[in-house]
Amino acid sequence: MLELHGISRSFGDRLVLDDVSFTVGRGRLTGFVGGNGAGKTTTMRIILGVLAPHAGQVTIDGAPVVGGQRARFGYMPEERGLYPKMQLVEHLTYLARLHGFDKQGATTRAEALVERLGLTARAKDPVESLSLGNQQRAQVAAALVHDPEILVLDEPFSGLDPLAVEVVQGVLAERAAQGAPVLFSSHQLDVVERLCDDLVIIAGGEVRATGTREELRTRYGTARHEIVADGDMGWLRDVPQVRVDELAGGSAVFEAPQDVAQHVLTAALARGPVHAFTPLRPTLAEIFRDVVADEPDLEEVAR
Amino acid sequence: MNARPPAPTPPSLGRAALLVAEREVTSQVRTRSFLVSTAILLVGVLAAIVVSSLLAGREGDDAPVAVVASVAGQVPTTDGMALVDVPDADAAEQAVRAGDVDAAVVPGSGPLGVEVVAMDSAPQVLLDALTERPEVVLLDPAAAEGGVRYIVTFAFGLVFMMSAIGFGATIAQNTVTEKQTRIVEILLSAVPARALLAGKILGNSALALGQTAAIAAVSVLALVVTGQDDLLTMIGMPVVWFVVFFALGFVLLAAVFAASASLVSRIEDTGVVLQPAMWLTMLPYFLVVFFNDNAAVLTAMSYVPFSAPVGMPVRLFLGEAAWWEPLLSLAVLGASCAVVIAFAARIYERSVLRMGARVKVTEVLRAGTAD
Repeated sequence: MLELHGISRSFGDRLVLDDVSFTVGRGRLTGFVGGNGAGKTTTMRIILGVLAPHAGQVTIDGAPVVGGQRARFGYMPEERGLYPKMQLVEHLTYLARLHGFDKQGATTRAEALVERLGLTARAKDPVESLSLGNQQRAQVAAALVHDPEILVLDEPFSGLDPLAVEVVQGVLAERAAQGAPVLFSSHQLDVVERLCDDLVIIAGGEVRATGTREELRTRYGTARHEIVADGDMGWLRDVPQVRVDELAGGSAVFEAPQDVAQHVLTAALARGPVHAFTPLRPTLAEIFRDVVADEPDLEEVAR
Repeated sequence: MNARPPAPTPPSLGRAALLVAEREVTSQVRTRSFLVSTAILLVGVLAAIVVSSLLAGREGDDAPVAVVASVAGQVPTTDGMALVDVPDADAAEQAVRAGDVDAAVVPGSGPLGVEVVAMDSAPQVLLDALTERPEVVLLDPAAAEGGVRYIVTFAFGLVFMMSAIGFGATIAQNTVTEKQTRIVEILLSAVPARALLAGKILGNSALALGQTAAIAAVSVLALVVTGQDDLLTMIGMPVVWFVVFFALGFVLLAAVFAASASLVSRIEDTGVVLQPAMWLTMLPYFLVVFFNDNAAVLTAMSYVPFSAPVGMPVRLFLGEAAWWEPLLSLAVLGASCAVVIAFAARIYERSVLRMGARVKVTEVLRAGTAD
């Protein structure tokens, strides 16, 4: 597993990362979430060794990462970069060969990946002629073509249409299932929510929260329920310990401890038929808002 | 958890460099601009030599030849010669010196009993007309080299400069593009920076050398076809030396171009950092154009690593260099290549991943670790 221990880094006199520590477990898809300038990209570049930390270290299974090991990382940088004039399959083949695959093996791998990502029709096109979404897929392919043992992807889903998100998501889940630790950052909280097992929330260069998705939900979420009944739900406002968030005729969303919620349900049933009673789980967006609420103004993107 | 196939062994430094070089070559050879510019260059060289030979040939449509009356019978009237009668040898020589005639036939020793007098060369048509080759007295043999000397030295300088600037700029552009698009981050996760730099230098040097060798081959071919064998024997060896020197000299410049370009992150910023490299590339050309008759400057040029690829072949062509001089100069060039590449690798390794503002050379060379 990949671990960060007390990573700090500043640019000039600006502290961009302050004592960042977290773990990316094997076989776990870990979402890395934070606002612009929170330090996501800097963290990822440090993991890759593209940037040196001023304090702390990165370890794999307890041992510090050494240069050669990083060849087994799959990396997708923040700014998308492939040679614009090279043909897609050729480009992927080249990258695989640089990692030590022979020409035949590299070509097979590149072609399989292109097919898996739905780019077969574009296989022979120069990278620059691909649409933005397809270039993004190509970039994912570039990170995967050498069958990396650890994946570090900066915004792999940005600019993808829902279908493409699905495809990339599937590919990443596959890699995780094969035992690779996968760390990816994203602004699309709904995607992160759907896909990841673990979460790391970073703001202002500090890790604000880590844990599994469920842990974070119970820790930061408030217990809310939605109820839909025949009669008007206005009476709900008078029930002690209940805070009504929304109310529209027969349907209401309210916040209350578990036992009080059950009591509300019984009371509602006593008044007439109830069509729905649903516990509302906090969305990642809500958790994120809670966690980073006290963050000062977002700074410019740090590199 | 699925079993994962064993990871491939990472390529060795040399193998990685070859892979990078292969990509540099194939991706450039395939571009239309490269093919077109190479074709234009070769056709241009061919045309220049052929046209100049045609012009030289036409000059003596009817070569005026002075003939001393006493030997007039010895000279047959042939097409291409306009015979002018003169009273004696002195008058004939005066006519030659004045440029009124290209050559003069005067009484002399030898089986024919005549001699040919000319300034720098006797018209071929006259020599052919005489049944046996007469003795030729040249009044100003040094001038023979004048024009040719200038053209050949100029050609060496020009070919070197054009080729080095062209491929040097390509190296610089590729380096910055890799940095700008961040593909360098992906590449460096696979291979060390040294391999990347070595491959880049190797690939572009191979292309530059190939192009230069093609120019040399076309020149030789054109000289043979146009029948300028005498010129060919004069420049044959210097051309071979030129190609050899070019190979090393270009590697030297390529390292400088790559290291310079790695200091900046955007194409727009390359102009400033490349200036020193550009001057190093253009200097030999200007020196050879302005000082091609100054032996001291040429000698210095032929040993200074950055100008030796032009200076030494020129001196060899002029016959001013002893046989061991090119070898010595080549050794100096090779040694400086090693030193410059070591420096370039250091600069490249430490600056290629630094994005944003221009990186200072002194800072990179001083810094203990990559930032």
